[in-house]
Amino acid sequence: MRGPGKRAGVALWGAILGEGRGCAVRKLPSEPPSSEITPEPLYRRRELLKNGVLTAGTAVVVGSGLLSLVGAAPRDAPEEQPLVHAAVPTARGPYDTDEPPTSYQSVTTYNNFYEFGLDKGDPAKKAHTLQTRPWTVSVEGEVAQPRVIDVDTLLQWFTPEERVYRMRCVEAWSMVIPWLGFPLAELIKRLEPTGNAKFVELVTLLDPKQMPGQRSSALEWPYVEGLRMDEAMHPLTLLAVGLYGTVLPNQNGAPLRLVVPWKYGFKGVKSIVTIRFTETQPKTTWALAAPREYGFYANVNPSVNHPRWSQATERRIGELGRRPTLPFNGYAEEVESLYAGLDLRQNF
Amino acid sequence: MTAFDDAVPARPRAPARRPAPRQAAPLPWLKPGVFIGALAPLASIALRASRDELGANPIAQVENELGLTALILLVASLACTPARRLLGWTWPTRVRRELGLFAFFYASLHVFTYLVPDQGLDWGVIVEDVTRRPFITVGFLAFVLLVPLAFTSTAASIRRLGYRRWNRLHQLAYLAAVLAVVHFIWRVKIDVSQPLIYASVLGALLLVRVAVWARQRSARREERRPGASGPATSR
Ligand code: HEM
Repeated sequence: MRGPGKRAGVALWGAILGEGRGCAVRKLPSEPPSSEITPEPLYRRRELLKNGVLTAGTAVVVGSGLLSLVGAAPRDAPEEQPLVHAAVPTARGPYDTDEPPTSYQSVTTYNNFYEFGLDKGDPAKKAHTLQTRPWTVSVEGEVAQPRVIDVDTLLQWFTPEERVYRMRCVEAWSMVIPWLGFPLAELIKRLEPTGNAKFVELVTLLDPKQMPGQRSSALEWPYVEGLRMDEAMHPLTLLAVGLYGTVLPNQNGAPLRLVVPWKYGFKGVKSIVTIRFTETQPKTTWALAAPREYGFYANVNPSVNHPRWSQATERRIGELGRRPTLPFNGYAEEVESLYAGLDLRQNF
Repeated sequence: MTAFDDAVPARPRAPARRPAPRQAAPLPWLKPGVFIGALAPLASIALRASRDELGANPIAQVENELGLTALILLVASLACTPARRLLGWTWPTRVRRELGLFAFFYASLHVFTYLVPDQGLDWGVIVEDVTRRPFITVGFLAFVLLVPLAFTSTAASIRRLGYRRWNRLHQLAYLAAVLAVVHFIWRVKIDVSQPLIYASVLGALLLVRVAVWARQRSARREERRPGASGPATSR
């Protein structure tokens, strides 16, 4: 800083500090009237105070600038998620894992749901804009009777059961989640797809007003996922309507979402409004966005390399170390036979 | 090419015709202020860790924050010289070394977090990451480039290397920053808008450098032309 700018700056600080004389503090005029000479100890004290204030001011500017750029301000921490109607996971069925479930707080504040923002904390903060009633599900395509079903009607057809499943995200972290739901197979049987139905396609709501993330072009909206018919009919495949014994929070895909525990989490399409039976393989969102990284099958497979994350290990949320990732996320025994003869390295 | 702050001895071939530069104001608060401010991201991590507020995946959270802080400080340190060229501000130059060293400090913590808490020093995985995952490969290269810069940041190093060579060496900071931005872009799953902001800031800073360099070069050529009455040939 040189020239008038600097002098103005110093004078400004002087004024702020009540010195009134700007630079004169440091460079005394050549012949000051004796009445204006600041006594030495006072001068020292003022100088110290001034430097202290300026140091603190600089620190605040630099520090708050950094914190806001990094998004690390303490208030960015996720809010406490109170668990109402808490239900301890009960009777273990044949498909349940007995591993301890991930905390409700983590399950409901660490979500990839780009319709509400790209940060994993965003859905918990922003998904309150989603209106889950009234809600209808449209059944389309290769089906005996295409129709629109009210979600409450659909829920009356089945008694939700608890399923404690591992969930493995493609980003190499995992959870154990006690879902409430019913097998997709039961719904499909009721909907009576035609003999031409080889795949089922499930689609998320498209409404940028309720899902502000859809205003960004990060992905192609609406989010589309799909399964081969035999995968969809597998007893592990679940349509979830709740978790931890209570109704599904919006950020977890209310009112209705897919859970396929042997596949990466992104297959679990949320807030479903369309179920379409098709003859051809659906064009699914992530496979369209980055075809070399995400395939249609997306079976959890520690031996298929991913350019960003090693899939060999995973971090269970709530734990610090990593654990090896199991083929088909530990459900190989149940589902391996679905893929007999299929090259899983090609069809990743 | 650059006047490094108080660490630089008088420029060896400074033209004598210019009056000696006025003594710059001491600004004794600048460096301590920046020092304390630059510790804020670390303090924030420590505070939130103690209150269990780092979210569901604290290791990834800390790793990302440290990496981003390193990148911001690196870009800030590279903005100091252009700020002087464009705006005539000399005070940023005084904190340039401090910013650069803090960038290295945070990059080291970032890499430490990756190596120890994240990968548990599993060297098999680490080697596979560095060799097979492009985003980690470039992050690794960026870090490798920062190491010699941090260790030659002292006035003694400038004296030992000579200002010109030292300056050449320290231009690698630009390469490190470019690699760090590429690391950031490749790491992101789909939305690259945030890393692209850093890429464009860095691009703008590089442009200023290139423009200054081109002007100086043509000026030098002008001086060397026979018959030109530049100061070097006037005698
Ligand atoms: C050996 C060197 C390095 C390794 C192994 C490494 C590794 C990583 C990893 C694994 C992540 C992703 C973390 C996660 O999401 O879990 C990451 C993110 C990042 N790293 Fe590095 N890194 C290295 C060097 C650097 C350097 C030198 C810089 C900057 C000067 C840097 C800046 C960043 C940034 C900006 C991010 C993204 C932060 C965000 O998404 O908010 N990294 N790094």
